Amino acid sequence: MLSWLAQPENSKPLGLLIFFITFCLIVLWVYAGGKKRGEQMEAHKNIPFLDDDLDQEAKDKSNG
Amino acid sequence: MAASVPAAAEQYDYEIIKKFVVMAIVWAVVGMLVGVYIASELAWPFLNFDIPYITFGRFRPVHTGAVIFGFGGSALFATSYYVVQRTCQARLWGGGLVPFTFWGWQAIIVLAAISYVTGYSQGREYAEMEWPIDILIEIVWVCYMMIYIGTLMKRKQPHIYVANWFYLSFILATALLHTFNNLAVPVGLFTMKSYSLFSGVQDAMTQWWYGHNAVGFFLTAAFLGMMYYFVPKHAGRPVYSYRLSIVHFWALSFMYMWVGTHHLHWTALPDWASTLGATFSIMLLLPSWGGMINGIMTLSGAWDKLRTDYVMRFMIVALSFYGMSTFEGPLMSLKDVNALSHYTDWTVGHVHSGALGWVAMISFGSLYHMIPRLWNTKLFSDKLVGVHFWLATIGVLLYITAMWISGISQGLMWRAFDDFGNLQYSFVESVAAMHPFYAMRAIGGMFFLSGMCVMAYNAYRTIRQGVRAGVAGQTAAAAA
Repeated sequence: MLSWLAQPENSKPLGLLIFFITFCLIVLWVYAGGKKRGEQMEAHKNIPFLDDDLDQEAKDKSNG
Repeated sequence: MAASVPAAAEQYDYEIIKKFVVMAIVWAVVGMLVGVYIASELAWPFLNFDIPYITFGRFRPVHTGAVIFGFGGSALFATSYYVVQRTCQARLWGGGLVPFTFWGWQAIIVLAAISYVTGYSQGREYAEMEWPIDILIEIVWVCYMMIYIGTLMKRKQPHIYVANWFYLSFILATALLHTFNNLAVPVGLFTMKSYSLFSGVQDAMTQWWYGHNAVGFFLTAAFLGMMYYFVPKHAGRPVYSYRLSIVHFWALSFMYMWVGTHHLHWTALPDWASTLGATFSIMLLLPSWGGMINGIMTLSGAWDKLRTDYVMRFMIVALSFYGMSTFEGPLMSLKDVNALSHYTDWTVGHVHSGALGWVAMISFGSLYHMIPRLWNTKLFSDKLVGVHFWLATIGVLLYITAMWISGISQGLMWRAFDDFGNLQYSFVESVAAMHPFYAMRAIGGMFFLSGMCVMAYNAYRTIRQGVRAGVAGQTAAAAA
């Protein structure tokens, strides 16, 4: 098995297959599932705004 | 009761970010000044003044080191420390390691510049530092990785926001690239000189595996991390599609590592290797444009912001240049196009369309967004941001137009034959023909540098305003 893998003509297409299949699985993982899962995924886009209140709090304090 | 210290500054470590922000601006001015000087040396060679320390060969790595690692690196340290804290809602992990990354990184830039002007260079593009500096980079980088991962591990958010994925891939890939590209044997323990572990075409391939992935992971993935946080944050609306950002990340990560060999078309490198590089370069167009569209479409429904907000303009123009240079790159990687473009100024123009148009402009936008928040004040002048924007945009356009004309002319002159099969032009004739475009490039650089100086002044006044307000607030609080 190891000597088979050591041959570049075997290991290169095998590597290509592994990477390609992994990438396809990632795309499938991202887009598969129903509307609800899609919405759950998209909800992560709001993370940068979750600590907005800190800035707001700062504004209130400095105005106070 | 008045409180001058903002809540965000209490929760997060802003001191380290402030230091990196200031040094990013300082290195930008220094690096661009040296860039303008060497561009002027090419147009007006008397500027060498027969002083070996300031010749093009020694100043060129000072320029690339100061702008890529000094300006770009410091901007990335600053923004990554800002983004990881704010998206994880956690303070930076690492205690004393955190300031060490700042002082270590600044020492690297200074030591590298001194070594270049005194004639020490590995001769590896964007990795000219000799082995003692390389070891220091390795140590600082491992500390940076530990801080980043440590902060991610103590996050309060269950999900790791996509900008952090880009930053993390940049940190990990840069560690790998730096380590393997700089495997070398020092001549002695007390000498700066070393020789690469690789030789011949393997050495060239290692160099360009590093060189192009430095572009891919240092100058692209990391700045995309910046884009995925600061564009939505400044626009006040979430990124257009989060799922597209995930595919963008994985597609870039899978494809970028293979493209370096397109720098070695028509050389001793096996043909299949350079064809592989070209193929992956073409495939990269899809994720690159996917990411660009994702960034630009974030403004969908709020395009009016572009009319009034120059910071937003910086970000969107940066994304446009990202799209343009990631179209130009695959085009230049085609073997037939490369036969014309390689070794000419077209390559220099392409690099600067990415470096000035994309990297510098997205950094300007992000720094303008961050500076008032870090010092808890308002920008000193929005008008000056507008002045900076126009100086920078005109500068880039002059630069890349000059290099397109010059590069394509060079390529055509070098391959022109007369009726008897002899070369039609001598090399020096092609150099003489480039002169007006070298002057035009230097002027473009002067525009860009002037814009940078305007930014430095605006940032200085903003910071001073913030510091004074902070001191006044503390005094008032003490009096109350």
